[in-house]
Amino acid sequence: MADKKLMKGNEAFAEAAIRAGCDAYFGYPITPQSEVMEYLAAQQPHLRTGMVLLQAESEVAAINMVYGAAGTGKKVMTSSSSPGISLKQEGISYLAGSQLPCLILNVMRGGPGLGTIQPSQSDYFQATKGGGHGDYRMIVLAPASVQEMADFVKLGFELAFKYRNPVMMLSDGIIGQMMEKVEMFEQMPRATEFDQRWVTTGKTPDRERNVITSLDLDPARHERHNQKLQAKYQLMRENEVRFETIACDDAEYLFVAYGSSARICQKSVKLAREKGIKAGLLRPITLFPFPYDEIDRLTKQLKGILTVELSAGQMIEDVKLATEGRVKVALHNRMGGMVPSPEEVLDALITHFSI
Amino acid sequence: MYMEAYNKILEEIIREENLVYKKTALMTDKPLSYCPGCGHGVAHRVIMEVIDEMGIQAETIGVAPVGCSVLAYEFMNIDMQQASHGRAPAVATGIKRCWPEKYVFTYQGDGDLAAIGTAETIHACNRGENIAIFFINNGIYGMTGGQMAPTTLPGMRSSTTPYGRDVALMGNPLKMTELVAMLPGTYFVARHSVHTPLAVRKFKKAARMAFENQKLKKGVSFIEVVSNCNSGWKMTPNDANKWMEANMFPFFPPGDIKINGEMVAKAEKSE
Ligand SMILES: Cc1ncc(C[n+]2csc(CCOP(=O)(O)OP(=O)(O)O)c2C)c(N)n1
Ligand code: SF4
Ligand SMILES: [Mg+2]
Repeated sequence: MADKKLMKGNEAFAEAAIRAGCDAYFGYPITPQSEVMEYLAAQQPHLRTGMVLLQAESEVAAINMVYGAAGTGKKVMTSSSSPGISLKQEGISYLAGSQLPCLILNVMRGGPGLGTIQPSQSDYFQATKGGGHGDYRMIVLAPASVQEMADFVKLGFELAFKYRNPVMMLSDGIIGQMMEKVEMFEQMPRATEFDQRWVTTGKTPDRERNVITSLDLDPARHERHNQKLQAKYQLMRENEVRFETIACDDAEYLFVAYGSSARICQKSVKLAREKGIKAGLLRPITLFPFPYDEIDRLTKQLKGILTVELSAGQMIEDVKLATEGRVKVALHNRMGGMVPSPEEVLDALITHFSI
Repeated sequence: MYMEAYNKILEEIIREENLVYKKTALMTDKPLSYCPGCGHGVAHRVIMEVIDEMGIQAETIGVAPVGCSVLAYEFMNIDMQQASHGRAPAVATGIKRCWPEKYVFTYQGDGDLAAIGTAETIHACNRGENIAIFFINNGIYGMTGGQMAPTTLPGMRSSTTPYGRDVALMGNPLKMTELVAMLPGTYFVARHSVHTPLAVRKFKKAARMAFENQKLKKGVSFIEVVSNCNSGWKMTPNDANKWMEANMFPFFPPGDIKINGEMVAKAEKSE
């Protein structure tokens, strides 16, 4: 029987890591995600499953430890919050270029700069459009509950190994810090079943040496490598789009929101329906690949879309791409750690579309 | 008749007991990308000889840096990972923590190890990771065209110190090897060179120790190789080696600094 526990989002993520059979975690403290490493340390994962836990000297070191371990075929992860994720970008680009699987959690806080320790969603562009240098993408999962903070660890690792690519969980200070009941999946073995032919664990006589690198000085070959990566990202677009819809069947107005904003909008939908406004919610679960097609499909029945974000308006660009100007798309946003109330969001919908 | 005699002579010469040199088994057939006379190739060969002689190819993972030796994985016939600039000790830490029974080493230049990667170097050494670090110090950024390195000597010219390194403006050269020797996590720290057959033999002995030490799990083995960069220094290979002896060695003196976790007394050091 799976047990149900009251947990913080960050703790649920950490417990799920141990249970998902993660081999190693490398991290550096930063609010609002320090509970991840603290929880792991208290659990002594080296005794529970043999999992490696190491506090690195910086986020830069941590992501490069992830690179080293991932290159040996291990299930590895790191977590951080916005400023730390910025520091990891070169490493993430190397991981993507070298096609290494790993899981990275960003519990977003407000920026720019040191910004605030309060929740935010202002790293959407960084997570979904590349972030580091070069043409690469990561699958980006956006948990909206403590339950998903746990479940997406398992899913994240599956996707990372399926595509040999970094996967990011893009969470925020609200989801990381709030407590909810969570049903934990059973402990999984640390063994992995994926193709191990590429890993660097020592060249044996039966095979050529394996090399983990993102470098190729031959332009023609390097172009082919880039084309191969792009083909992989295209496969993700075709196969990995995930979203949730609430009250969309007859909706005339649509909220589009992810993570903690989606939780707020869930309530706004209820309030709208009580007032007789036919509102629905589309919650992207994968931010890359983005559910363009579903928004496109819904556009035909809609009078307006309100994108709700804890940022200056980043995801709204993808929503507009999906609608191609066929319906008005408005933004309701808060920044700097401020969070809108469900009533405030509903008022914004009414005002923007003169309902 | 002539050919017969010729073949006979060849047969007499080519015998196991007459062989003084052969291609290192663990070097690939790929031509080295290094400038003629550069120390990188010799250092590669020595490390590969040690791995071959110890019979640990199947248990060894190397980490290549960013620098002239970025393509080390093209020449070393072992499993390797290419690290981002300066981060090789972190990458090696990630590998070794997951595979504590394997042999793991980094191979890094002075810009890589002692400038951009200073934090990773010091912390891997201070944590006492059971890895070997090979530090090729040529006092310059070879790969990017001869800019000042953290190890560029006072007064030494480079493309970013065209009038010589003015320490009042550019700061002092960094003795990373002496620095890491102070840390409790290093077990073996030495400085060598590869510019003469004798120096190569000494470096090889140290390199062997760096791999043997990994079985003991007592911390980092750190070996600096003071090397030349004739292209960056704008000298012929011979002149570069002479210049290295006359100028680099007084500042970066070869010798053991720490053995079996104990600092070597100053008097013993000069050999
Ligand atoms: C993040 C980053 N910064 C800068 C560079 C450019 N770069 C490549 S090699 C190098 C210096 C290498 O010098 P060193 O480590 O001394 O190696 P050498 O070529 O002398 O053997 C620099 C600055 C880079 N590749 N990545
Ligand atoms: S530039 Fe210098 S370090 Fe690089 S290969 Fe040439 S001689 Fe060696
Ligand atoms: Mg150099």
